[in-house]
Amino acid sequence: MRPEQGTLISRAQAMAALLELLTDQPLIVCNGFPSREVQKMADRPTHFYMIGSMGNAPAIALGVALAKPHKQVVTFDGDGNVLMGMGTLATVGALKPKNFIHVVFDNEVYGTTGNQPTISNVVPLDKVAKAAGYVNVERVLDREDLIYEFKDLLKKDGPSMLLIKVNEFAEDAGRVVLDPPEITQRFMKAIE
Amino acid sequence: MIESDAFVQSLQDMGVNFFTGVPDSILGGIIAELMDRRLYTPAVREDEAVAMAAGAYMGGKIPAVLMQNSGLGTSLNTLISLNVIYRQPCILIVSWRGQGGKDAPEHLVMGEVMPQFLDTMKIPYRTLTEKTANEDFKWMAGTFMKQRIPLALFITKGVVKGLHP
Repeated sequence: MRPEQGTLISRAQAMAALLELLTDQPLIVCNGFPSREVQKMADRPTHFYMIGSMGNAPAIALGVALAKPHKQVVTFDGDGNVLMGMGTLATVGALKPKNFIHVVFDNEVYGTTGNQPTISNVVPLDKVAKAAGYVNVERVLDREDLIYEFKDLLKKDGPSMLLIKVNEFAEDAGRVVLDPPEITQRFMKAIE
Repeated sequence: MIESDAFVQSLQDMGVNFFTGVPDSILGGIIAELMDRRLYTPAVREDEAVAMAAGAYMGGKIPAVLMQNSGLGTSLNTLISLNVIYRQPCILIVSWRGQGGKDAPEHLVMGEVMPQFLDTMKIPYRTLTEKTANEDFKWMAGTFMKQRIPLALFITKGVVKGLHP
């Protein structure tokens, strides 16, 4: 067990706190448990649930952010996902979209496949983002801090990353129920 | 030989208004023209470019992704587990390296199997020629609207003017 693990909140607790602060911002959620948990806690038409294409959530969000420069675009991502598509941190850092907020729930494991360790315990992804050129980068460990920092990032020009250390707990949440084409159509209409 | 500016203009006339990708020498002239027109958003990997294009499509854009055919291998999972199942179309402008077995060794296998590879993935494709260019563009527009999945236009060496003719 990691030293800080006992005191950390779960990803779902962290997500619930952030979802309360979001209204109609386009939100792209990475594959695996994150999409399932968001769907269970607060399903909104402005949510795009990724079910495959691991590693691509911030790239999809970047495309939305570039197409809709007047909307603040948020992506919920995981450490395994970020590591798989780490080049996108560089693309975001170089392009510097002001309307881009990257939230990383870092539990240091591939949760959906059985909690195999990632390498984010030794590779600080927030520091990678900072080095790549993200303008605002915050790393938080508890609920009060994450609410404070997320509120602050919503007011700032990005690109921003909020990395939240969470424990390995996963909610009992079923698969994404909407058909993928329906997710596309619903999302497009909601962010028009 | 098709001029790069005429090629880009034809894509714009079709309504394409979001361009990303990873460069190839065959596509050098097209990318230079896109950069001149401030239309090009560079990606670092082809799967990232395809995912960016999917996001741009959902934000109301008509996207095109430029890549060397090796990039089809890199972006395979994104093309099928994002674009195809979610019905998110994009135009893939793919340079056909290794065509006819005359290229550097790393291009020969993909150069030979590329059409079968796209057949297997059920991604429609066509090869651009100067003679059929008008029909090729009409086919792209029609397929994009009708099928709502990625489609590929192969660019062979010398068909569109490159950087060093």
